[in-house]
Amino acid sequence: MTAVDTAPIPTTAPAPAADTAYPAAERAAIDDSARWPVLFFFGNGLLWLMLATVFGLIAAIELYSPNFLSGVPFLSYGRIWPAFTNTISFGWGSLAGLGVTIWLLARLGRVRVKFPGVLVTGAVFWQVGLTYGIIGILGGKTTGLEGLEIPTGSAVLMLLGYLLVVLWAFLLFGFRSQTTPFISVWYLIAALLWFPWSFALAHAAHLLPNVPGVVQSLVAAWASQNFLNVWLTAIGLAAAYYLIPKVINRPVHSYNLAVYGFWSFILFAGLTGAVRLSGGPIPAWVVTLSISASILLLVQIVTVTTNLVLTMRGQFHMVYHSPTIRFTFFGAIAFTVSSVIGLFASLRSVDSIVHFTQFQNGLTQLVIYSFFSMVIFGAIYYILPRLVGCEWLSSSMISLHFWGAAYGGGLLALSLLFSGLATGYTLAEPDSAARYIQILETSSPYLVGAIFGWVLIALGHLVFGLHFLLMLLRIGQPGGEPTLFVPVGEEEKH
Amino acid sequence: MKRSTYLLAGIVGSFAFSTFALVLVPQMQLGGMQPQFAEDEGKIVDIYPIENRGIVEAGREVYISEGCVYCHSQQVRDEQNGSDLERGWGVRRTVARDYLFDSPPLLGSSRIGPDLANAGSAKWRNEPADENFGYKPAKRDEAWELLHLYNPRVIIKESNMPAYRNLFVERKISGQRSDDALDVPTKDGWEVVPTAEAKALAGYLLSLDKSHALKEVKTAAAEVVAK
Repeated sequence: MTAVDTAPIPTTAPAPAADTAYPAAERAAIDDSARWPVLFFFGNGLLWLMLATVFGLIAAIELYSPNFLSGVPFLSYGRIWPAFTNTISFGWGSLAGLGVTIWLLARLGRVRVKFPGVLVTGAVFWQVGLTYGIIGILGGKTTGLEGLEIPTGSAVLMLLGYLLVVLWAFLLFGFRSQTTPFISVWYLIAALLWFPWSFALAHAAHLLPNVPGVVQSLVAAWASQNFLNVWLTAIGLAAAYYLIPKVINRPVHSYNLAVYGFWSFILFAGLTGAVRLSGGPIPAWVVTLSISASILLLVQIVTVTTNLVLTMRGQFHMVYHSPTIRFTFFGAIAFTVSSVIGLFASLRSVDSIVHFTQFQNGLTQLVIYSFFSMVIFGAIYYILPRLVGCEWLSSSMISLHFWGAAYGGGLLALSLLFSGLATGYTLAEPDSAARYIQILETSSPYLVGAIFGWVLIALGHLVFGLHFLLMLLRIGQPGGEPTLFVPVGEEEKH
Repeated sequence: MKRSTYLLAGIVGSFAFSTFALVLVPQMQLGGMQPQFAEDEGKIVDIYPIENRGIVEAGREVYISEGCVYCHSQQVRDEQNGSDLERGWGVRRTVARDYLFDSPPLLGSSRIGPDLANAGSAKWRNEPADENFGYKPAKRDEAWELLHLYNPRVIIKESNMPAYRNLFVERKISGQRSDDALDVPTKDGWEVVPTAEAKALAGYLLSLDKSHALKEVKTAAAEVVAK
């Protein structure tokens, strides 16, 4: 690894392999030290994922059939929808993402987890704040800021917990014995620093005097976009950059591509927030800036995709064998697809048609589920056996989870995207005499698709939840060899 | 300098720049914004917008609490961005000044129902209420709003809006029937009356009007029937 520090790097130089350079016994000791905090983050994240699945399913049914549960105020669409977005983002996304972050930082820094109690305390603060926040939303108490509905009191608790985790992470980073940070570590450090900053600033803009209305909306849009496109994306990419080379046992294709990808990401991703208010009552230059940044992000989309695909080159059959690779590579491809759709959707000509339709929700779904969550599932399939000391019980259960999550998530995202296009294009017809409500009916077949998507996702999550529980109870196959779909060498049959 | 120092400096620098461009500069540009005053012979005759007070502020709270914003936007885009003006959702695009006193403004990002930026404008209120059945109010007034909240499909047959029964109480008539009672079928000797929240919400909806002329934006001449 030190070679990269001193010598000028040829453009095709392979990036150093992540953490295979040190003995297995040391890796096992690090895993041992990370066990409780990481399991705590994963377990809690998974509980939120289950709740989010229920909320998401209810919201999808309500969208199709408005009378469903309309007698129960706390389950009405206007409350369930923000409860869903907040549980999937701040419950599942953040907690599972932090679990992966802690484990990766320890492994890649070649350092044992010290003071795990700080991490668990941080997680408990986060949990208490989030639980109060979600109960608040269901009860009708929200800030009114889209994407940041959690009342400020609860948000402060969450932020305190988060700061404990970040502080701990930076101590760990400072004590690392692997001095040159691996690609994944760049993304993780960026993610850790970005989140509290934009989250706190969005709440502050709402509370401080003399911040005119639309600036509050702009800051909230910026923070929500950062949450999705910086925080979740960075953790997802960090995990993909670690897992893909690791499982197929070859270094990342090109260090330089990774460098370009990372710096274009960190420079442009944070500037894209205002596309959420495109056409809205904010100064036009802000939107133009964000659209330009979205277009420039193409550099990252191309370099990251090329790098990960070229790393996989010749090893694509591994998606038949390894659950980790199947989930992670699916997620990596979903990253490319969602980023390209996001780029087109930011252009004024497209945005003016799909803005305010379900298209945005479809895109968010693609990022948060088909990309981020799939990569995190892959990471959990890889990490968990190393924490509990046994391998996953059943490859059929992993397979079921994959099909539910991949097909269900895909169906859901596509339904919402097409529903958005259908509404958008009908609305754009200038001489359309139809009333708005009749135009919306063009999207209703797609909304049925969304419900089916949710049902498949829910089935996948049930299987995954059960499998996770079995692992916690150490019911699985003996440790050592990972549970594969098909043993390596038998791919000809497929 | 160490590699990790460059890394940290780069990350901090990039988000400092992002904050500067998307938070600080817009705040500097819009932070000093004032309402528009119209003067006539030295006297102020018109101020727009005005602060949300009383029933408007209370209704806004209900609007936020019930999550109306997840289906109804409150922003009108210009001709280059969609067909809002052609659909009669407003006579001009909405601009930053319209939302000066809203903390936060309820711009919305999804239109599962129509835009409500001008739901209380004179034009919208006086429009003959559309093809409804069972109930034919002459105008979109408070009674229209309350009935629509109680059961949207009594007024608009294909409406996809959920009914907000929780904003109403069904009670036994004691003495005289309440003046507020809705004109809906119910058990004999009972009546359906709006709660304070429902009345505030209706009041807020009827206050929504962003058709006031502003010097920074062109108001369209043609009046289009909202659809």
